[in-house]
Amino acid sequence: MEEYWLWFLTRKTLYRPQQRELLRAFCTPKGVFEAKEEELERLKGLSPSQRAELLGGKREWNPEKYAHGLDARGIRFISREHPKFPERLKEIPDPPFGLFVKGALPRPDIPAAAIIGARSCSLYGKEKAAQLGSFLAENGIQVISGMALGIDGAAQWAALEAKGKSFAVLGCGADICYPKSNRSLYERLASEGGILTEYPPGTQPLAMHFPVRNRIISGLSDCVAVVEAREKSGSLITADLALDQGKEVFAVPGRMEDPLSRGCNRLIAQGAGILWEKEELLYACGQTPGAAGKKEIPKLVLEKKENMVYSVLDFHSRSLEEIVEDTGLLPQEAMAAVVSLKLLGAVKETAKNYYAKLF
Amino acid sequence: MFASVLSAAIIGVKGRLIRVEADVCAGLPAMTMVGYVSGQVREAQERVKAALRNSGAVLPPRRITLNLAPADLRKEGTAFDLPIALALLTAFGLLPKESVNGILAVGELSLNGQLKPVRGVLPIAVLAAKRGIRLMIIPKENRREAEMAGGVRIAAAENLRQVWNWLSAGEAPETEKPETDSEDGLLYEPKAPDFASVCGQKVLRRAAEIAVSGFHNLMMTGPPGAGKSMAAACIPGILPSPSLEECLEISGVYSVAGLLSQERPFLDRRPFRAPHHTISQKAMAGGGAFPRPGEISLAHRGVLFLDELPEFRRETLEILRQPLEERVIRISRARGSTEFPADFMLVAAMNPCPCGCYPDRSRCTCTDTDIKRYRAKISRPLTDRIDLWAEAGTVTFQELEEGEENEDSKTIRGRVERVRTVQAERYRNTRYRFNGDLDAEGVRRFCRLDGAAEKLMENVYAHLSLSVRGYHRLLKVARTIADMDGEREILRRHLSEAVCYRKPEEGIE
Repeated sequence: MEEYWLWFLTRKTLYRPQQRELLRAFCTPKGVFEAKEEELERLKGLSPSQRAELLGGKREWNPEKYAHGLDARGIRFISREHPKFPERLKEIPDPPFGLFVKGALPRPDIPAAAIIGARSCSLYGKEKAAQLGSFLAENGIQVISGMALGIDGAAQWAALEAKGKSFAVLGCGADICYPKSNRSLYERLASEGGILTEYPPGTQPLAMHFPVRNRIISGLSDCVAVVEAREKSGSLITADLALDQGKEVFAVPGRMEDPLSRGCNRLIAQGAGILWEKEELLYACGQTPGAAGKKEIPKLVLEKKENMVYSVLDFHSRSLEEIVEDTGLLPQEAMAAVVSLKLLGAVKETAKNYYAKLF
Repeated sequence: MFASVLSAAIIGVKGRLIRVEADVCAGLPAMTMVGYVSGQVREAQERVKAALRNSGAVLPPRRITLNLAPADLRKEGTAFDLPIALALLTAFGLLPKESVNGILAVGELSLNGQLKPVRGVLPIAVLAAKRGIRLMIIPKENRREAEMAGGVRIAAAENLRQVWNWLSAGEAPETEKPETDSEDGLLYEPKAPDFASVCGQKVLRRAAEIAVSGFHNLMMTGPPGAGKSMAAACIPGILPSPSLEECLEISGVYSVAGLLSQERPFLDRRPFRAPHHTISQKAMAGGGAFPRPGEISLAHRGVLFLDELPEFRRETLEILRQPLEERVIRISRARGSTEFPADFMLVAAMNPCPCGCYPDRSRCTCTDTDIKRYRAKISRPLTDRIDLWAEAGTVTFQELEEGEENEDSKTIRGRVERVRTVQAERYRNTRYRFNGDLDAEGVRRFCRLDGAAEKLMENVYAHLSLSVRGYHRLLKVARTIADMDGEREILRRHLSEAVCYRKPEEGIE
């Protein structure tokens, strides 16, 4: 059966509506494979070129050779009838017909959480995404996301750094690294986690693929955390899909009218869970924080000027100029203080001369 | 009859003695000129003939040969008109031979015998003083420029007839005092805005002061409208005044470029050059068949300010690499290579990203790739040579409104001069002048850390994953900060301030 699925899903001209229509008419991909010309002609919504692709090239079709080609690229195919096909995905509306997988599949017996958010995010958002990623990983929860720039990548990278498992769902073929600048993340995911997609290898990352793949991200997860999202954003689509699938959605609260958090705040207004501390995600995954889970906030012993600087700092990064202005210190005094704080590990320099406190 | 008169040519920014020889003999009347001369120089024959006739010299028809020695050096420009005329007068016996002994003449002639100013008189006067020239004859307009060199007697003439009269009378002409000989007439006051008019920007002000004190290259980044260009424009007002020797170097470059005038015959301020980003490679480096100094040489001993650095063409920026390292630029052309001085302080300004709002992601519309691409326009070798990186924040309304008393340029300049003296003292008899000049060896010798600073350095080095270059930069800047503080050793607070001025890529997690 698998070879018929593979044949069916690698037809380049077919999109999901036609695929659905064909399966409805012929029940199985085998049925589609064996369909006669007149039967296909009777079917509505098929263009001549799509018909031609379905009818032609059957003799040259060599499933073993194709599977061999996939193997060479480290990709395997599983259809939705395959026993290994993730149970979680079978339960969602409109599940994918099959998955192309590079690396591993998420384990069904371990909870999984999605961390998603804006590509162009604030440094605060990136920081929080990374903290969530490593926190989940430390608690043995699998992190699912889209390997995008910004929030997605930061969370997944942090999860891998914390020796956890992370899985990316792509909007292109599993052999294509998109975005290119996430190459190192892509390679680590392939070896330490997994890369999943419903698109056959070689499929380009088209804009229309991404909202569709988002249903797989939420489908694979037990709960979804949105870290930062603008008013109109792909992350909100994922959140909507997650709600349709009956998953719990959390949003990191943002400041009032902050454009980067408008999406999150709206979700909260509509009833999403407020991710006011990391542990919220653990409860949603059916876990309770262990004794080792909670970290003690270290006590800081600061000098007077360091204390002045520390008191005007925020979790959002602030520029040196603002710190100087608010503390009334001389620039050189403020600089000496931020460097000490940084070396103490109390402050992070998020961009050159922009500082945020860590706790 | 044979006669010769000394003149001079400009090679790079230095003068070189040229002997103009004239020989008159019987034969078909003709004039030939030899000695590797350019078209401009060859045209001198016609000008000189007419100028002589109109000055009352009747030359009998003879065969004339002119030679400009040394004959292997390419001669350009119009400064040889006057020496050629004098050589001819002597060769025809209209002037006694002794009268032109030991004199040096430069000047362009018009057809009626008027003398016109030429470029590069200052370095020629310096050369004349060094070679013990008895009298230097120059056009009137170049007089004040030449006088700056000192050590040589100057005779400034209006026309050829006047020179002829002086020399045949055998008496040294009295240098007439110009009507307006006030000292400040010589000074050219830069119309730089004052630092008092820069609101807020305490970090930027501080960085500018450090940069100027130690002659460090400075990069300012920040959103548009934060006041980067304004702060840069204020820098001339706090530059330490140049020594006399430096003034001569600066003026020499400007003299060769033909940028000195009667009103401004001498530069006693450090130059501030701010070329637009559309500047061509040649205008930046200097060039032409007869190379003239470019912007980087015109900024010699002063400031080269490049606003909107990533907008400059990449090739134009790459030119800066060699001069930033070696402090000179060598321009090679088919006819030989020339060296111009180019010891400048680079001040550059750029936005943090194409739209200018990064790292404020709520307003910034750029993607990470955009930002990376924007920053990659400036190559690593160039950024490696910038010691100080200062971030300019947006000015808040309070800062504008409260109108806190801002320090004015004069106060800052007072401090800068003091730090300069400290450095001059320390670097006496070394090849360095400022902390910014220090190389690896200099850093080892002069940048001593005290105990606490040493410990911090260890910590910082591990934490920020510094490169060796970055480490040296940090120490040089810390040295200047310590000098400003009047400390002999670099203390912890100096070093930690310097850490805040490092290159952005270093130590950002």
